[in-house]
Amino acid sequence: MVNEALLWMLAEGVYDTLYMTLVSTLFSYFFGMFMGVALVVWRPSGIRPRPVLYGVLDVLVNLTRSFPFLILMIAVIPVTRLLIGTTIGNNATVVPLVIAAAPFVARLIESSLLEVDSGVVEAAQSMGATMPQLITKVLIPEAMPSLINGSAIAATTILGYSAMSGAVGGGGLGKLAIMYGYNRYQTDIMFATVVLLIIIVQILQSIGNWMTKRSDKRIL
Amino acid sequence: MAEPIIQIQNLEKRFVSKNTEVYALRGVSLDIEQGDIFGIIGKSGAGKSTLVRCINMLERPTGGAVLVEGKDMCRLSNAELCTARRSMGMIFQQFNLLMQRTTEENVCFPLELAGVPKHEAKKRAAELLQLVGLAERVRSYPSQLSGGQKQRVAIARALATNPKVLLCDEATSALDPATTDSVLALIKDINTRLGITVIVITHEMSVIEKICNHVAIINRGTIVESGTVEEVFFHPKTEEARRLVISEGQKTTESGKNLFRLLFNGRSSFEPVIANLVRECDVAVNIMFANTKDIGGQAFGQMLLQLPDDPEVIARVLAYAKAKELSLEEMSNG
Repeated sequence: MVNEALLWMLAEGVYDTLYMTLVSTLFSYFFGMFMGVALVVWRPSGIRPRPVLYGVLDVLVNLTRSFPFLILMIAVIPVTRLLIGTTIGNNATVVPLVIAAAPFVARLIESSLLEVDSGVVEAAQSMGATMPQLITKVLIPEAMPSLINGSAIAATTILGYSAMSGAVGGGGLGKLAIMYGYNRYQTDIMFATVVLLIIIVQILQSIGNWMTKRSDKRIL
Repeated sequence: MAEPIIQIQNLEKRFVSKNTEVYALRGVSLDIEQGDIFGIIGKSGAGKSTLVRCINMLERPTGGAVLVEGKDMCRLSNAELCTARRSMGMIFQQFNLLMQRTTEENVCFPLELAGVPKHEAKKRAAELLQLVGLAERVRSYPSQLSGGQKQRVAIARALATNPKVLLCDEATSALDPATTDSVLALIKDINTRLGITVIVITHEMSVIEKICNHVAIINRGTIVESGTVEEVFFHPKTEEARRLVISEGQKTTESGKNLFRLLFNGRSSFEPVIANLVRECDVAVNIMFANTKDIGGQAFGQMLLQLPDDPEVIARVLAYAKAKELSLEEMSNG
């Protein structure tokens, strides 16, 4: 049963899954960072309270987060076609992945930044820190270990989403599991993809844990 | 005399929640002179922290004015406020160091904010860490330092931008007595050496006694008494002041009878006051509490004496005190 073609297929599946996961995580952080920072800064108790903007953003994030990913993926098909030109393949999967994950990342970033001691923020303010300085020199660096920890959570969640995307045109291990394992009753392929996914999650989480620990100067 | 460096005029801070209004500060006016160590003392909830936080606008006053070097802090734009804050250092009860930065990076932080080149900032940090006695801990992280060391780093950081004013918000309240003394000595040293005006917020009279020259007593959001430390200490005019000044004595005595407070207000410390009193009046006095200091041959401080329950003896002692110009006053119980 174990032939070269099958191994290549699995290897390609791993590559596609990692590609989608990493590219989506990157883009999700790009957008999620702005939203997460805004949620912290604009909240009523924040550094620059903007209750209306905060409320709108808060609802928007909740709204996107409530969508089941499978439905969201189908709902954003026009957007995907507009941006990528097609709705199948790795790059096409990145679009719904980012739309689904960015608000989740925003929440992760929000909760990490809220962990920063308000006294430290106040001390920086007393030294004449401007708004951008507070964000880039106090909030983000002080929350760094927690942010890294969050990024491992985000990456593994996005990995899970990407596997789901195999059902509607996405690539990677999810596609293999559904096409061969589910539709063609090839249990061994299903088993192999699941084991590979478990291994990838383990590796991502371990890297995250190791980097969190390394970056934190509070526990020495 | 020059204009006071900080003028607080009719300051008001009102907190409004759903149905209630709370005045944290009301009608507070104070002048703080250049080079002073000005203490603001009060019980928790009296408004002292709010007051100091209004000086650098960490808390926005709802009325009145705060003039620092003649400029009204309430009317500055955001950018101007950032600049003004750089001429005021602040230290906190919980130190508030950046936990992910080393000691050196913490001290460099305000310089970084002000756009000072890195090598200059490092040089300045080295000088300051030398000044606070932590030159060998440059590479340590705050989590590796003791409370006293953390506060020293915070002081070095607050001084980095050469401020004219240092605000201390309960800076020693999280420290043990010995560390408190050394941190207070450092603050005093900085005041004399660099001429920085210091504002000290505390709930402990001992902190005021040790380093301040002026004191204001705050109670329920208003200043009830202010003046030089000697004035307030030796001649407290209000009930709040009296309670703060003698609170330590009362704690140890549990409202005994016939208690008298003897003040040492710069008399010669070579004069055996108590021994003379005992011999002249033929009385057995009981010293319940004493806290005196010898400063340059003069005695400062107070003693709490208990006299025998005999009106005649008490009258004799009081007459003797009057004749010798001793400052002896009866303490009301309670």
